[in-house]
Amino acid sequence: MAGTKELRKQIGSIQNTQKITGAMEMVAASKMRKAQERMARGRPYSDHIRSVIGHVANASPEFRHSLMIEREVKRIGYIVVTTDKGLCGGLNINLLKAIVNDVKSWVDRDVEVDFCLIGNKGAQFFRSYGGNVVASSNHVSETPAMSDLIGSIKVMLDAFEDGSVDKIYLANNVFVNTMTQTPTIRQLVPLDPEEDAELKHRWDYIYEPEARQLVEGLVTRFIEAQVYQAVVENGACEQAAKMIAMKSASDNAGEMIDELQLIMNNARQSAITQELSEIIGGAAAV
Amino acid sequence: MASTVLCSIVSAEQEIFSGQVEMVIATGAIGELGIMPGHTPLLTGVKPGPVRLILEGGEEEIFYASGGFLEVQPTAITLLADTALRADDVDEAAAVAAQQKAEQELGDQRADLDFARVSSDLQEQAAMLRTVRKLRERKG
Repeated sequence: MAGTKELRKQIGSIQNTQKITGAMEMVAASKMRKAQERMARGRPYSDHIRSVIGHVANASPEFRHSLMIEREVKRIGYIVVTTDKGLCGGLNINLLKAIVNDVKSWVDRDVEVDFCLIGNKGAQFFRSYGGNVVASSNHVSETPAMSDLIGSIKVMLDAFEDGSVDKIYLANNVFVNTMTQTPTIRQLVPLDPEEDAELKHRWDYIYEPEARQLVEGLVTRFIEAQVYQAVVENGACEQAAKMIAMKSASDNAGEMIDELQLIMNNARQSAITQELSEIIGGAAAV
Repeated sequence: MASTVLCSIVSAEQEIFSGQVEMVIATGAIGELGIMPGHTPLLTGVKPGPVRLILEGGEEEIFYASGGFLEVQPTAITLLADTALRADDVDEAAAVAAQQKAEQELGDQRADLDFARVSSDLQEQAAMLRTVRKLRERKG
């Protein structure tokens, strides 16, 4: 049986770990609140712009933007949003698994795949997994700025414009609630026309000033808004997942300490018993 | 009672306004627009400037938008603003200061400056001031 001294040392070190995970849990909880607020504030804009884009794609415009036209698919692109730091449970793994499955189904159909990565963890994964990474940006802080993301989005959109990529998907975690985050892969371009029965008849907008300029501006804004929202949402997921992971780590440490404490008490008790019986045995022999 | 239409103003940071209005008055890319319920579908750019809403019952509310897009459907009007503020929140002193700074930068030929950026700053601040003044006029 291990000596009480070693056991005491072990308990001490687990207690230290527990303190750290406890602190991290609290940090994540307060960051989560902020991240959630940021996500909620951005949602109306991205929802509204999505419905406007849906209308535009549904209209019969005099001008069709290249991003609205479906083509035969030979190569697709993924914009993958992951976290920069680990210690957030299965969050990134679940997303990457979903992507790998999706990619496999495309590869089976002889479609090539490009990746554009936002976040460190995705970059680490694709370094070992392989795959053609065309752009990556990491260290997007907790308060992401549009300017940090534009670069990597532009690489993908340019590839779409010049015809080397025929479809772009956006993959990120969607925040359902604190306990649940769902990995989601959505088509970003070509734009999906919105199914709306009311607007089925042929119609078009009046454009002021000019359709081309206007639609181009709107589509760019739309894609930026979607990616930005994805990053913000992923941030909220990260903090929530981290909080849960750290909470369960603290709980596990507590259990371990209880177990070790029991073993230590047993060891101490049996040492005392042994000592006593030795003394009594010695006294009886005299 | 006048008919109304659902109007929402959203900026990238938050939803500013959502509700029934009788009329929307905004500065479009090629001129002032007054939009009433049942307007034909319209898509237009918005210039920095005040956006006035006539609410149900004739009350008026003024917002400031720094550009963006305006979508009009017969049953809904959506303003996608780059940044939008309630006019009451526009800080007049800050706007004046920023305008002066931009004018100064424009005057200072030697400064290594981004001409387009500064002049768009200037426009924006001027539009913000116009919003404040309009609000003040109304309050009398």
